[in-house]
Amino acid sequence: MLLALLLLYALPSGALVEDPLASVQWRAMAQLYLSEGDIVFDERVKVLAPPQAENSLLVPVLVDATALRDVQEVLVFADFNPLPLVLRFFPERALPVIGFDIKVQQATPVRAAVRTLDGVWHVGHAQVDAAGGGCTVASVGSGLSSWSARLGEVSGALYRDPVPGALFQRLRFQIMHPMDTGLAPDVPVFHITEVEVRDTQGDLLGRIAPYEPVAENPVFSLEVPPAERVNVRGRDNNGNTFDAVLGIE
Amino acid sequence: MWRYLLALWLGGMGAVTAAAFDYALADRLSEVAPGVFVIRGDQAHFSAGNGGNILNTGFIVSSKGVLVIDTGPSAQYGEQMRALIGEITAQPITRVLNTHHHPDHYFGNQAFADVPIAATAASRAAMAQLSGDYADAMYRLVGPAMFGTEYLLPTETLQAGEISLGERRIDIKERAGHTRSELIIRDTDSGVLFVGDLVFNERAATTPDADIARWLQTLSELAQTPFSQLVPGHGPVDDSSRSIQQTAAYLQWLRSFLSEAAARGATAAEALYQPVPAPFDGMAVMPEEYQRSVHHLFPALEQLTFYPPLSLRRN
Repeated sequence: MLLALLLLYALPSGALVEDPLASVQWRAMAQLYLSEGDIVFDERVKVLAPPQAENSLLVPVLVDATALRDVQEVLVFADFNPLPLVLRFFPERALPVIGFDIKVQQATPVRAAVRTLDGVWHVGHAQVDAAGGGCTVASVGSGLSSWSARLGEVSGALYRDPVPGALFQRLRFQIMHPMDTGLAPDVPVFHITEVEVRDTQGDLLGRIAPYEPVAENPVFSLEVPPAERVNVRGRDNNGNTFDAVLGIE
Repeated sequence: MWRYLLALWLGGMGAVTAAAFDYALADRLSEVAPGVFVIRGDQAHFSAGNGGNILNTGFIVSSKGVLVIDTGPSAQYGEQMRALIGEITAQPITRVLNTHHHPDHYFGNQAFADVPIAATAASRAAMAQLSGDYADAMYRLVGPAMFGTEYLLPTETLQAGEISLGERRIDIKERAGHTRSELIIRDTDSGVLFVGDLVFNERAATTPDADIARWLQTLSELAQTPFSQLVPGHGPVDDSSRSIQQTAAYLQWLRSFLSEAAARGATAAEALYQPVPAPFDGMAVMPEEYQRSVHHLFPALEQLTFYPPLSLRRN
């Protein structure tokens, strides 16, 4: 019995490298989200986030894994959030770069685990200090009567690269959505579950699966192949859909 | 919540009396004109080490009483300020003014509970709404020096105009910029101008409630206002308009720097780590204050670069 417990305890930790941030949640996070495949901490995965969150409801994060090749998936989580999983990003034909804003409940590491074709998770992170409370309050929108009229509205921009002939350009877009976590009293969980970015031929450029901690009315930033127009479409957990074309007239 | 945790922690250590924090205000006191005093704070962000004393307070002594301008970040600061005033003059304190609604300027009000405390209607409304959050933040950032602080809201609404203080005439203006409502207080005899947080000297301006366009308008008006000494909310007293120009130049730079970043498609996370160029990198509390400003200003600026979709279907 004792041996069995020891084995159970030792198995995951044996495969687990030591966390440079020494977070007590690291082991649980790795077991929950990174159970398949080896894990390495890799400085080539850059996570930009503020050292101090000025607003726990809107903490800007940018993940850049362009230094890695053959990126299949970018998985973002915040160790100390009550709902740690932030989003999954499948770059497809986009660069492995994604910008977004998150809610945080307290000081926490924000991690990006980047899975390459060989199945290895390359983990990068930033430590964010915060006063807290970002996950357990209702969205601003849910307190307004007007939110449902704007639900699923999409706006955004394609930004021309200053370098002519660049292979990628920055795309930023915002989707109006309360992104309620379900942790505020009497406000059920309500968030976007799926976002696809396609070119005008319908080819998939990138796909995002957002979860509860993504900020209200989320803004996503990607690096996509140059195009005059892109299609942004998706749905939420209540089955509401949106389908927009962004670009130059 | 933080103040309760702190009380528990201190109580648990049996160290309640050890929470006394000495602000050494006498060492920070200067008389900038006869009867006009300034108590200078550190050029820093809130910390346990400075007890939250990062601002300038002041007081004006007349033959019929004392006018207090801002009361500091904590009850202990207010008490020590009041004791210091008692060493300078036997005149009673007749009125307290809070220049605006940020906590370092009014959390010492408690020490003046027996005196009329005045602020503008807009500042009073903001304090009534935000004091609880401010208290949590101050206890978290400043810690032990906050011990015993229970914010006390102003008791009177202040109108712009002239008020008399014994033989002195004090001119009060209300302007917007750093917050919706800021006091400009001019002692007409000495020409000393207390401008609160409309001006930061050698320190990066703070922007959580700023309207940059209106702030710049107010600063150009200030630059036309005659004064002998200008007392900024943060930083050394200035006998020229250099600190006004400096604050305006920083705000203009901040707005255009962040607008240009947004126009390139940069995100707030990227803007946070853009190096602050000279001469602004040499200001106190850099780059932290710049990073705070990215949080405050970038969301509205990035919105200006977005356009509506060419088509949208929703179900």
